[in-house]
Amino acid sequence: MAWEVVIGLEVHVELNTKTKIFCSCTTEFGGAPNTHCCPICTGQPGTLPKLNRKVLESAVMTGIALNCDITRYNKFDRKNYFYPDLPKAYQISQLYRPFARNGRVDITTRSGKKKSIGIHEIHMEEDAGKLVHSPFGDVTYPDWNRCGVPLLEIVSEPDFRSAEEVIAYLEKLKSTLQYLGVSDCKMEEGSMRADVNLSVREVGAPEFGTRTEMKNINSFKSIERAIAFESQRQIDCLEFGEEIVQETRRWDENRGKTYSMRSKENAQDYRYFPEPDIPPISISEEMIRTLTEAQPEMAEAKKARYMKDYGMSEKNAGILTGNKHFAQIFEETIALGADVTETTNWLMGHTLYLMGEKGVEADDLSIQPTVFAKFEDLIVSGRLNRTMGKEVFEKVFEGDPDFDVEGYIKENNLEAISDDSQVGAVVKEVLDAYMDLVADYKAGDEKLYGFFIGQCMMKLKGKASPALVNRLVKEEIERR
Amino acid sequence: MEYREICEMTALQLGQAIREKKTTSTEAVSAVLAAIEEKEPQTHAYITICREEAFAKASEVDAALAAGDEGLLASPLAGVPIAIKDNICTKDIKTSCASKILGDFAPFYDATVIEKLEKAGAVMIGKTNMDEFAMGSTTETSAYGPTLNPWDAGRVPGGSSGGSAAAVGARAAVCALGSDTGGSIRQPAAYCGVTGFKPTYGTVSRYGLIAYASSLDQIGPIAKDVKDCAALMDIISGHDEMDGTSLPQEMQPAGYLNAMNGKITGMRIGIPKEAVEKGLEPDVKKAILDMGRTLQNLGAEVEEISLPFLDYVIPTYYIIAAAEASSNLSRFDGVRYGFRAEGYEDLTEMYSKTRSQGFGEEVKKRILLGTFVLSSGYYDAYYKKALQVKAIIKQEFDKIFSRFDAILLPAAPSTAPKLGESLADSLKMYLSDIFTVSVNIAGLPGLSVPSGFDREGMPVGTQIIGPALGDVNVLNIGYAFQQATDWHKASPSACAAAAEKEVR
Repeated sequence: MAWEVVIGLEVHVELNTKTKIFCSCTTEFGGAPNTHCCPICTGQPGTLPKLNRKVLESAVMTGIALNCDITRYNKFDRKNYFYPDLPKAYQISQLYRPFARNGRVDITTRSGKKKSIGIHEIHMEEDAGKLVHSPFGDVTYPDWNRCGVPLLEIVSEPDFRSAEEVIAYLEKLKSTLQYLGVSDCKMEEGSMRADVNLSVREVGAPEFGTRTEMKNINSFKSIERAIAFESQRQIDCLEFGEEIVQETRRWDENRGKTYSMRSKENAQDYRYFPEPDIPPISISEEMIRTLTEAQPEMAEAKKARYMKDYGMSEKNAGILTGNKHFAQIFEETIALGADVTETTNWLMGHTLYLMGEKGVEADDLSIQPTVFAKFEDLIVSGRLNRTMGKEVFEKVFEGDPDFDVEGYIKENNLEAISDDSQVGAVVKEVLDAYMDLVADYKAGDEKLYGFFIGQCMMKLKGKASPALVNRLVKEEIERR
Repeated sequence: MEYREICEMTALQLGQAIREKKTTSTEAVSAVLAAIEEKEPQTHAYITICREEAFAKASEVDAALAAGDEGLLASPLAGVPIAIKDNICTKDIKTSCASKILGDFAPFYDATVIEKLEKAGAVMIGKTNMDEFAMGSTTETSAYGPTLNPWDAGRVPGGSSGGSAAAVGARAAVCALGSDTGGSIRQPAAYCGVTGFKPTYGTVSRYGLIAYASSLDQIGPIAKDVKDCAALMDIISGHDEMDGTSLPQEMQPAGYLNAMNGKITGMRIGIPKEAVEKGLEPDVKKAILDMGRTLQNLGAEVEEISLPFLDYVIPTYYIIAAAEASSNLSRFDGVRYGFRAEGYEDLTEMYSKTRSQGFGEEVKKRILLGTFVLSSGYYDAYYKKALQVKAIIKQEFDKIFSRFDAILLPAAPSTAPKLGESLADSLKMYLSDIFTVSVNIAGLPGLSVPSGFDREGMPVGTQIIGPALGDVNVLNIGYAFQQATDWHKASPSACAAAAEKEVR
C-alpha cells in the first residue's frame, strides 16, 4: 500500500522588538533570572497590559510579506491555564480575530521542486517564562525574563507532503523574517520554534488521517528526523491495523523517537474569551500602505538583482542572498569600494570553507565590512599576496572590528615583496645554485620551471607576488 | 480645633481650613485617627490604619504649604485625609482585597489614583474593608469580618465598598475612594447616608485596581457631598498611559468642581416606571418620587420613561462579571505572593489547596460560575449571549439619552438589610443589584445621593444616571439637589445629638 504524509506547521517566532509586548522591559535573551521583568510582565495584582505599537507594526509587516489578508478590526483574547511559568494564569493571544489570514509562501525544495504553501492565520501573543529545576533537590525556580516577549504564531495549512518541503518552508520563513528585520529566528535560542502536526493516509484518499502533534522541536535536523520517525510509526500502526490516537507527542532527540504526552481526552479547555483590558485595535489602510511600501528587498529579488547587476552566477547569488546577514556583509563591503568579484570570491571560497571548518552559521558571521574591504585593497594592490592572504583572512574572519590589517602584516613581516631588484637578486641566487638544471631546462626539460619558481618562493617566504617571480625567472633564464 | 469639628467638615471645607491655617494637615490626621479610635470598635471600617505614613505625609504637606508651595496652595484637597478601599494598590502598604489569599501582600507600586492623590497633597489615612475581591453587596464576605452600618450596628453597610462608605458615614474618614463593578460605590453610599459616584468607564485609570471584572470595574469617590466628589474627580480622573481602556485626554470630562453651579433649568430627567413598580420598599419609592418633584421645582422637566430591559440586567451582569473574575483571579495561585497552603504533594495539589483554603465561599462560587460560562460548549450559550445583551442594553440607553439628560433610579430596592440576612439568600442579594448593574454594563456615570430616611431611621439613596461622559452634568444635578435638601448633611452622631436635644 502506498502512503502519503500530510503535515501542517505551527511556527512560533519571537519578534525582536526592543521591549516586550505589554510593558517596557527589555526582550534581550539571557540575563540573570528575573532581571528582565516588572510588575506588569510578572502579573502583579492590579497591573494592566499596554500594547507595544512596534509589535503590531512588525506583525502586520510579516502578514504582508507572507501575502496574508490583514484583519482591519483586531482583538486580543485570553487563553486560560495554570502553570507557574505563566504569571497571570492566562496568556494574552488572539483566537477569534487573528491579525492575518489566508497567506501564501512559495518554496523551492532542495531537489528543485516548487510549491505554494498556504498560511491559515498568524496571530500575536505573549511568551511565557521558563522553569529551572534545581539540581540540588526537589525545587523548581521560575524565571520570568521571557514572560511577555512578543511572539507570532504562524499557522500553515496542511499542505506539506514531505520533510523536504517542511525544511524549505522553514528556511523561507526564516529568510523572510530576517530580511524584514522582525525576528532573529534563532532556533537554538528558542526565537523560532515549530510544532509539527502530522498524519498519514493512503495515496488518493479524500480525507485526512488522524493527526498527532509534536511540540517545540528545536532544530531543522531534529524536525527532519522527527518527521521521518513519526510518519513511519503511523504507517506501521496502520499497516498492523491499529488506530492512530489524536494526541501530543514529545520528540526525544537522544533516542530518536516520539512519545505520547497527552491525548485529546485530557486536552485542556482554555476558556478563551475576549481580553477586556485591551480595547479593539483597528489597522488603517494607511498603516497597511506604509508598511507595504516599507517592505525591504527579499532574497529572490536580491538574487535576481545580483545576477543582473553583477553578472553573478545563479549559484553564487543564491548562496549570498540565502541569508540576510551574509548578503549584508557583501553589500556593505562593496559599498566601501571593494571589487565585486574579489568580494564574491572571498565569501564563496575561503569564508564558506572557514564556516564549515569552525562550525559557524551564517547568522553568526562576524566579518567586519570595513576590515574586509581594507584587506581586499591590500590583495588587489599586490601588497599582500594571495597565499599569505588566506592566512591573514582567518583574522578578518574572526571579526575583531578594531583589527588593523595593514599593521598586522607589517608587524608580522607578511607584506609582499614587490621590489624588482630584491626579487631579482633572489632569482639570480637560485639560478646560480642550479646552473646544471638551468642547462637541462634549456635543453627541453620544461618541468624544471616550476622547481625554480618554488625555490624562489621558498627563499622569499612566499611574500612576493607569483606573477613577479614568474616574470623575473623567465627573463633571467632567457638571459643565460 | 476639636477633632469632632474637623471630622464633620467636608473635604473641601477642611482643605480650605488647612490652607487658611485655621488647622493643619497634621491636626486633621490626628482628628481622623481619634475618630477612628472611637468608631472602629462599632463599625470596623478599616483593614489597615496608616498612622505613621499619614503623619509623615501630613507634615510634608504642612511644610510645603507653609513654604508657599504654589501647586499645593492651588490644590483644594491638599492636606485632607482620605481612606482607600483595600483593592487599590499602595506601595509597600498591605493591599488585601479583604481576602486570605493575598495574606500580607504589599504591592511594589502605587495605583495611578494613589500617585495622583499623592501629588494633590491628599493624605492616605488607611485601607478600608470590603467584600472579598469586591464580590458581595454587604461587606460580609470580607476575610477580616464584616463592617457594620454606622446608623445601626445590626445592619450591613452595603458593599462591596462598605468600609469606605461606613467610614465616611461614621465620620471616621473625611472622604474615600471605592470601586464600583455592579453598584459597589453607589449602594453602600446609599445604605450609609453618603454620596458616592461611579464615573464613566475609562475616565479614571484602573491601573493598580485589583481587578474583579475588568470591563465593568471603575474607581470612584465616596464623600459627604457632591462637591467633594467633584473635587476628587478633578484629581483622580484623566487619561493614563498605563491603562489601555483609559479614554484619550481629549475625550475626558474636566473641570468637575468648577462646573458645579446647580443650574438645571430645562434639563430633561426621566424616572423609569419599572423602577417605581419593581417591589420597592414604600420609603424608597417615596424618596425617588420626592426627588423628582424637587428637581422639577428646580426647573427640570421630569417625565416617566420605560426601561424595558431591566429584567435582563442581572443575568447579563453576573455572567460577564463572573467570567472575567474567573480569569482575573487565576493569578492567585500561591506561586508568587500571598498565601500558600501547606502540605501538598505536587503542583496541582498546591494550586487546589491554596485556592480552596485561600478564597472565601462567595468568591469560589463566582469563580465556578465564571469558569462554567466560559467552558467549551457553554461559551456561546452564556458568555457570548451576555455580550450581545450588553450591546443591546447600551443601545437602549443611547436611545433614552438622546431624549433625556439623566434618569433617576433607586440605589437599591430597600434600605440596609440586617446582618446575615443577605448571605442566607444569595439569589435575593444578587437581585437587589437590579438598579445598579446596568450602569456598569453600559459604562455610564452614576451618582448616589442621600434622598431621605425610612421609617426605621435608615438612610435612603437615589441614583442620578447620565450618558457616557455626561459625568459633570450628573454631578451638577446632584449638586442642585443637595443645595435644595439637607439629607446629605445628616450623620449618625449629628442625628443622635439632635434626638438627645429633642428628648431634653
